[in-house]
Amino acid sequence: MSTSKMINGVPVQEHFKDAFHQFDSAKMGIWLFMVTEILMFGGLFVGYAIFHMKYPEMFAEGARFLDWKLGFINTLVLIFSSLTMALGIYFCQINQIKKAVWALAITILCGAAFMVIKYFEYTHKFHLGIYPGNLLDLAKLNANLTAEGLPLVTSSNLGMYFGFYFCMSGLHGIHVLLGMGLITWCLIRAVRGDFNPNYYTAVEGVGIFWHIVDLIWIFLFPLLYLVG
Amino acid sequence: MANNHQPHITPLATYLKVAGALFALTFLTITAHSIRGFLGPAAPLIAFSIAAVKAFLVMAWFMHLKYEGIENRVVFALGFFFLLLLFGISITDILSRQVITPVL
Repeated sequence: MSTSKMINGVPVQEHFKDAFHQFDSAKMGIWLFMVTEILMFGGLFVGYAIFHMKYPEMFAEGARFLDWKLGFINTLVLIFSSLTMALGIYFCQINQIKKAVWALAITILCGAAFMVIKYFEYTHKFHLGIYPGNLLDLAKLNANLTAEGLPLVTSSNLGMYFGFYFCMSGLHGIHVLLGMGLITWCLIRAVRGDFNPNYYTAVEGVGIFWHIVDLIWIFLFPLLYLVG
Repeated sequence: MANNHQPHITPLATYLKVAGALFALTFLTITAHSIRGFLGPAAPLIAFSIAAVKAFLVMAWFMHLKYEGIENRVVFALGFFFLLLLFGISITDILSRQVITPVL
């Protein structure tokens, strides 16, 4: 940081005019990163749409195994965490850093709650013999269904649905974990006193990332749990 | 950057209203799901329309795009444009394929 100058208590790199210039440039970088996020998840969404069109009955059969109530609770948890994340930035902007720390801590806890619910969903599926792609154990799944008196699975390619399910919700879950780590980093910096109304770039950037995680879940929930 | 001004501070009440709307729309999604037998083929369309409204609320207020400069809005919109391109070209390819002779 030898090439930075202090403007209004904010370390500004030499190549920036002022703190706002630096803030805007950092934010544009985050928005470019968000484009790559949209395209990464977008590819999976397009794949899902195409194969759903080819095998509608198989996808409907797969969606039967998802409990929309758990997806619904997770949607509420993520929306609430998005609110607390936005409030974390808001409290930095109005110089109430203590409240910002609390808002960020609640956001991390919501992320953890989301992952715990996902853990129970995943382990229940593994227990039934549901794995992605070729790993799906159709004989074991049907044996379990017979034992519970439920209708058997007729689609031999059910693993494809769960390939999409585990890839999409798994990639999203990795994003939640990464987001939790990044928010923890912001929280530590906030406690350390790094942030003030003139400098909160890291919280703003991580906030945008956390909101896109929420944004993707807003579409994943109806796609996987409701429409099928 | 065109406008190096002080970032806009959204009032607390606005954040709470947006979150309230997001919760209400989530409940609406579930209500629509519970009467999907009545809605028929329109059910997925309704579910994704509600999701689109929710996405707009998150992008405009939570991600501060409403108060963002034109550059970042265009950058983010480009992501959706290229996604549309990927979807459009892929789907026209799949739908226009004709099997002349079986491969195997």
